[in-house]
Amino acid sequence: MTTPGEVTTAEPMAPEQHPMSRFLREDRMPHIWCSSCGLGTTLTCFIMAVVESGIDPKDMAVISGIGCTGRVAGYLNFDSFHTTHGRAIPFATGLALANPDLRVVVYSGDGDLVAIGGNHFIHAARRNMDILCVCVNNFTYGMTGGQAGPTTPITAKATTAPYGSYEYPFNIPYLAVASGANYVARWTALHMRRLKNSFREAINKKGFRVIEIISPCPTAFARKNRLGTGLDVLKYYHANSIIQHGADPKDADIEMGGKIIVGKFLDVDRPCYRDYVTESISRQLGGK
Amino acid sequence: MEFWRKPLDADQVKVPHGQIYVIKERCKGCSFCVEYCPRDVLEMSEEFNKKGYHPPVAVRQEDCVACGLCELICPEFAIHVELIKEEEEATQKPEV
Repeated sequence: MTTPGEVTTAEPMAPEQHPMSRFLREDRMPHIWCSSCGLGTTLTCFIMAVVESGIDPKDMAVISGIGCTGRVAGYLNFDSFHTTHGRAIPFATGLALANPDLRVVVYSGDGDLVAIGGNHFIHAARRNMDILCVCVNNFTYGMTGGQAGPTTPITAKATTAPYGSYEYPFNIPYLAVASGANYVARWTALHMRRLKNSFREAINKKGFRVIEIISPCPTAFARKNRLGTGLDVLKYYHANSIIQHGADPKDADIEMGGKIIVGKFLDVDRPCYRDYVTESISRQLGGK
Repeated sequence: MEFWRKPLDADQVKVPHGQIYVIKERCKGCSFCVEYCPRDVLEMSEEFNKKGYHPPVAVRQEDCVACGLCELICPEFAIHVELIKEEEEATQKPEV
C-alpha cells in the first residue's frame, strides 16, 4: 500500500494503475457502492480538489459516520476514522480542537449528519467549528433498505412510507445557514467540475463549511419511486437543476419532481470557535 | 470535427489528444462515461467482465481531447485518460 502524499514517479502509467490510486486503499477496491450510485463521483471530485489545492494529505483527516457514505473513510488513504452513527462531527470537533493545524473533513450522509447526528450538526455550525462538512444527500437510508429519513421529500415513497412520506423534510442549506455556518453550497453528483471547485474553495476556508451533494440512490430511493437507474436520475438533475449563486436557501426546498436550486448560498468569514477561545483567554489574562 | 469554415487561428490551435484506459474488472456498467463524454468517444462493449457487467470501450479513440470528464464522473475509479504528448503524437500519426 502506498503512503499518503507519496510522489508519483514519472514512469508511464500502466493501464491498470489509476492516477488516483495513491489516495485510495486499493486493496478495498472495487467498493461496495451500487452500480450508478453517485458516491464514487463525489469522492473523485474530492480527491481531485485535494490534489489541485496542493494540500499534503498528511495534514488532513477524513471522518465518516455510518451508512453508504460512511464507507468513504475506509476507502480514502488519508488519516481517516469511521465513527459510530451520527458521531462524526463530535469526533471531528475533538480533532480540530486538539490539533488546529489539521484540516478536518467530515464526509457523511444525510441520515448520519442531519438525522441521528442532527444535534451535533447544528451545534457545530453554531460554534463555527473549523470543520468541512460534506453531506451526501440521497433522500433515504440506503444501506438499511430505503427507510424514510429526515430529508425524504413529501410524497416520496420509502420502505417505511409505502403511501408516500408526509413529513416535512430538512432543507440542509437553510439549516446550515440558520445555524451559523461560514460556507454553504449545494451541488448534485452531475456538477462535477463545479463541485470540485467548491471543495477546493471550502478546503481553504476557516469555520464550519457545509457542502450538500444531491446524489442518486438507484437501489433504494430511485427504485421505490420508479425513477429509473442512476443515469436517469442524472438526466433528471441535468434537466431540473438551476444554478443560483447567492440564492436565499429558504427557497431551496426540494420537492419530488421539482426544480433543484444549486449553487453557493453563503460565503462569509465569521470568526470561528478557536478565534473566540483565543480572544477570551487573552482577555482573562489582561490583554496578553 | 467538421467546421463550416476554416477557423482563423487553425494553424495556432493544437487540439490535444488523450489515451483512454479502462480498468475493466472494476467497471459496474453504469454507462455514465458513455452518456456524458462530450465527444462520444465511448460505447458500451458487448464483452463481459468477471462481475458480468459490460465495460465501456473507446471506439473513437482519435476523437478524445483528454478533457478528463470520464475520469471525473466514473464512480468506480475504473477509467482514466492520459494526455498524449505532442512529440509522441507526431511520431504516431501524421498531421490531419
